[in-house]
Amino acid sequence: MSRLNIALPGLNLKNPIMPASGCFGFGREYSQFYDLSQLGAIMIKATTVEPRFGNPTPRVAETSAGMLNAIGLQNPGLEKVISNELPWLSQYDVPIIANVAGSVEEDYIEVARSISKVSNVHALELNISCPNVKTGGIAFGTIPEVAKQLTRKVKEVSDVPVYVKLSPNVTNIVEMAKAVEAGGADGLTMINTLVGMRLDLKTGKPILANRTGGLSGPAIKPVALRMIYEVSQAVNIPIIGMGGIESAEDVIEFFYAGASAVAVGTANFVDPFVCPTIIDELPLLLDQLGYEHISECRGRSWQNHEQLAHHRA
Amino acid sequence: MIKKELCKIISQEEIANDIFQLTVEANFVHEIKAPGQFVHIRVANARDPLLRRPISISSFDKRNSQFTMIYRKEGQGTRLLAELGPGMLLDILGPLGNGFPVDEVGAGETALLVGGGIGVPPLYELSNQLAAKGVKVVHVLGFQTESAVFFEEEFLRNGETYVTTVDGSHGRKGFVTDIIKDLSFDCLYTCGPTPMLKAIENGYSDKKVFLSLEERMGCGIGACFACVCKNADDPTGVSYKKVCSDGPVFRAGEVLV
Repeated sequence: MSRLNIALPGLNLKNPIMPASGCFGFGREYSQFYDLSQLGAIMIKATTVEPRFGNPTPRVAETSAGMLNAIGLQNPGLEKVISNELPWLSQYDVPIIANVAGSVEEDYIEVARSISKVSNVHALELNISCPNVKTGGIAFGTIPEVAKQLTRKVKEVSDVPVYVKLSPNVTNIVEMAKAVEAGGADGLTMINTLVGMRLDLKTGKPILANRTGGLSGPAIKPVALRMIYEVSQAVNIPIIGMGGIESAEDVIEFFYAGASAVAVGTANFVDPFVCPTIIDELPLLLDQLGYEHISECRGRSWQNHEQLAHHRA
Repeated sequence: MIKKELCKIISQEEIANDIFQLTVEANFVHEIKAPGQFVHIRVANARDPLLRRPISISSFDKRNSQFTMIYRKEGQGTRLLAELGPGMLLDILGPLGNGFPVDEVGAGETALLVGGGIGVPPLYELSNQLAAKGVKVVHVLGFQTESAVFFEEEFLRNGETYVTTVDGSHGRKGFVTDIIKDLSFDCLYTCGPTPMLKAIENGYSDKKVFLSLEERMGCGIGACFACVCKNADDPTGVSYKKVCSDGPVFRAGEVLV
């Protein structure tokens, strides 16, 4: 009997581990290391209507326990993702979560409408939180009412459930979460990267050509946990948690905070095998902690004693 | 095929000021296809530094399952790497990328190998392979100053070797480009700082030239899109190559340097 399977809107996950969008391309590179069917799901790289080159280089800079990136949503565009990438991924027994990005409302709607009709796309991840694009993005991710309206419009055209990816670069993330829930979101994914900067010691100028970039990696884990802790108590839709996860222990911590599944991002760059390794290690960790099923871990950080007793019964 | 392997360090020594030569044992040596490929090293089993470090393969020995890298101790990652000694294990991902095409020049023809600073190392295996197949190899190696010079004698064994230093403390004073303008060749292979690559590409657009590029990398395998460059025939468009998985070696004129 599986101890890791999780059912979420649109997603029957054999385990709650999936690579995060932007850290896994469209899976081709990692398929040389392991069978992608082992994964719970795959969050593919953000797709926009037209192909995008993205930002000039340097696009990455390192920092203690983390990295900054400013890729700028480079992708081959909607048409090619549908004609090349998704059919290639269909050889694997793994649900795809398509990350939908854009500059204006119509972009999001167009991508969502078409990509949600592809048979192996089981859910959308609405990217209203990319910190590295000049236009659009920011308002969608930081103004609750705007995010709610966009969610509603995307829901209207999508054939599959819609998860909204929240930005941590806001004053009140609970307010954002509630707004997109009211807009009809089926779930949340959080957190996207935190905006940061590194400077070159010799030139005094930013290392990244884009000047600022998104901070990811273990450095942001406490921020992600805190935000998931707050949001999961305030909404009734599930959360796919992310932000610095690199081990089975991290996964359990995110479940404790209130996540129902998790995504692994930057750690894929450090260890291409990190996702299957975590999947392998989780049952042993559940044994050590005394859980039958990983779902028993969810929300322990804020559940009261009676609820916990019920879970353990 | 790319492998992730814990490789045993066989030896490490400082061969010039802050220049280290590191030899490790690795089964994936048998997967190396061409000189100029690189590996991605996790210098510490820690979160700081978090990312791997891309370092080129300077030579390999398939019979003994060993390969050698030469790198400059410069940042946090290479400083940690330089502290490691024989017997220790190193987490290495490799071999990565596409190397120099040795078939582009035949026996009796002349290959010009031009290296700048820490761009010199990948040319060493190339020089060995070209020399072994009867190609006349000529080397032009540029360094900042005398204390940074390495492998002059090793290259000399394979063929004519010119060394330049910026301050004139060793070899000819000046840049590699001052020397190559007087040399004739059938094929030019180069690795080094971007301004040098640009000068060579612009100066020899009528010749067969191969450049090895360097860029800040994330994953090293083509997934993260950190190290992209534009296709030369589409400078304002969206077409691109990834330095890590399409390169690092490109034919001159293929990408915007």
